Amino acid sequence: MTEPVIHNPVGAAQAARLPEKARSQWRDVWDQFRTHKGALTGLGFFVFILLAVIVGPLLWDIDPKYIDIRARNSGPSLAHPFGTDQLGRDTLARMIAGGRTSVSVGLMAMALSLVLGTFIGVLAGYFRRLDGLFMRFTDLFLALPLLPLLLVIILLFRDALRSAFGPEAGIFILIVGVIGITSWMQTARIVRGDVLALKEREFVLAARSIGTPSRRMITRHILPNVMSPIMVSATLGIANAIITESALSFLGLGFPSDFPTWGRLLFDSTDYLQQYPERVMWPGLAISLTVLSVNYIGDGLRDALDPRIRGR
Amino acid sequence: MLTFTIRRLFLSVPTLLFIGLVIFLLLELAPGDPMAQVPLTVPPEVKEKMRLALGLGEPGHIRFMKWLVQFFWIEPLNLFDHIFGTGFAEGKLRVISWQTRSPVMDIVMQRIPQTLWVVGLAYVVGVLIALPIGIYSAYRQYSVFDQAGTFVAMIGYSVPPFFSGVLLIVIFSVKLGWLPSIYDTTHVVNDWASFKVQLMQMIMPVMVLALQTTAQISRFMRASMLDNLNQDYVRTARAKGMTESVVVMVHVLRNSMIPVVTVIALGVPGIFGGAIITEQVFKVNGIGQLLITAIQANDLPMVQTLTFIFAILIVVFNLIADVLYGVLDPRIRYD
Repeated sequence: MTEPVIHNPVGAAQAARLPEKARSQWRDVWDQFRTHKGALTGLGFFVFILLAVIVGPLLWDIDPKYIDIRARNSGPSLAHPFGTDQLGRDTLARMIAGGRTSVSVGLMAMALSLVLGTFIGVLAGYFRRLDGLFMRFTDLFLALPLLPLLLVIILLFRDALRSAFGPEAGIFILIVGVIGITSWMQTARIVRGDVLALKEREFVLAARSIGTPSRRMITRHILPNVMSPIMVSATLGIANAIITESALSFLGLGFPSDFPTWGRLLFDSTDYLQQYPERVMWPGLAISLTVLSVNYIGDGLRDALDPRIRGR
Repeated sequence: MLTFTIRRLFLSVPTLLFIGLVIFLLLELAPGDPMAQVPLTVPPEVKEKMRLALGLGEPGHIRFMKWLVQFFWIEPLNLFDHIFGTGFAEGKLRVISWQTRSPVMDIVMQRIPQTLWVVGLAYVVGVLIALPIGIYSAYRQYSVFDQAGTFVAMIGYSVPPFFSGVLLIVIFSVKLGWLPSIYDTTHVVNDWASFKVQLMQMIMPVMVLALQTTAQISRFMRASMLDNLNQDYVRTARAKGMTESVVVMVHVLRNSMIPVVTVIALGVPGIFGGAIITEQVFKVNGIGQLLITAIQANDLPMVQTLTFIFAILIVVFNLIADVLYGVLDPRIRYD
């Protein structure tokens, strides 16, 4: 990085002051983010969950599919800290495996809906000709009854995708796809609104006056400036995707039982509610706390990225 | 205002048609065959006739038109006949369920009261809890009550109904044994004792649904109150010497309610969607549960009709919210 040339009319008068290190915008955002206790706790917990599902299988190397029928329905012990299920599978290992699926579904579906939402939002906001068409399209999507349609789509395409990509990858693609294409509308609306406002700003006018083409205008000037609403809706997107996936699994239309997710574990545990009520706690708490932490991160980010609040 | 309402009504027709078409085209792709359960000894030409009798075997656009006519003309006619005892719809083919071979709307009508009781009551309870919380949180911003309210709202957002419902069942049905975990739809209320039983079985599903409503509406109420509390007219009212309760509960509240009322209207279809899960948890046999069983049984006319009913709810309540906003807020005029 080259040192910026500083035009300093006061010159020598300021020479005594040490050159302060330039603070990047993200440094400011982080400083503001740190003051939000809930957000910091949420970030800590979310990182913990991520670590648990990424390195967890290395540390706790019991196979989640290993059936030890003699140890079935056992309570918490040293060998099985969370107990075992009705087939003697280790609950901790299944929780880690389930978390891996749930969190990756959340992240992938969020990414898909963000890309779609940003794409439509930016195009609708930037090109006036596309605005009416794209926004009517968004309104139509918002009027669709999403949960019933999700159920119907999964019912229809489950078998086709399973035979095409195998039972696990097929259902994964299906669930990530349907959650992604049914949750981009809020992002698109927010991004469009921000792009519309940005388009009237002076720096966009200046860039236009030196003949910047639309493509570079969007990637260099518009997109970096709508990053903050996109990041906030990313956190909401993760929360929404995890809850939707769990709801689908809970209704018996998500992942199969031998391929656990948190929602599926919760659904399977409800059959044993009378005998082993504590078994529903682990997956339920995992879903709720992850979503809670992500929501708090979103709350903190919203404050941190708002320049009117930052620095006060 | 009237022209706006009429224009919006006309605009909602293509929206509904589009949604109906999307649902229809999706179900066109369905791999299931209603003839799968018919014994193999039945000859193919008989099967073909049975297929025709179910309204299948014709080109897609004709079946879509037929479904539209059935849904928008014959079913309302049947309702009219049912109310006034006339015979306009006699002999006309209605939307028939593949599961029970009886009209879909009859089954839906049997299921709707359960859903309405649980969902509707939950929404009313949720709103009634949310409004005072929101008002007080805004009035005492950053107080302990406000912080607690924010935390409870966060929990309401984050804990999905299939966990909060199961948690309530574990606590109140399994551990304490106070409340029944399964909603008994056949229960008839005819005296005080049976009313108490009905109340007991409704508490948990209503509370689960109400928690989500409360979280959303109380946050919205708080934000709306905060917007208004710093306005000039509030200072004027205080300067005139009005009591604090009049300032807050009359001047500020009335103005703050404008956006909240529309949010309440917009939330109604959402809670029907949420009821699908809650009905599954508490085994309420309402329309959500009907949809799940129809999906599992591959009963396409039922799925199509129910999904479309959900779509109608969304469109209608969006319309109501738009019109209400214009009626309540004189600053907003659409035309």
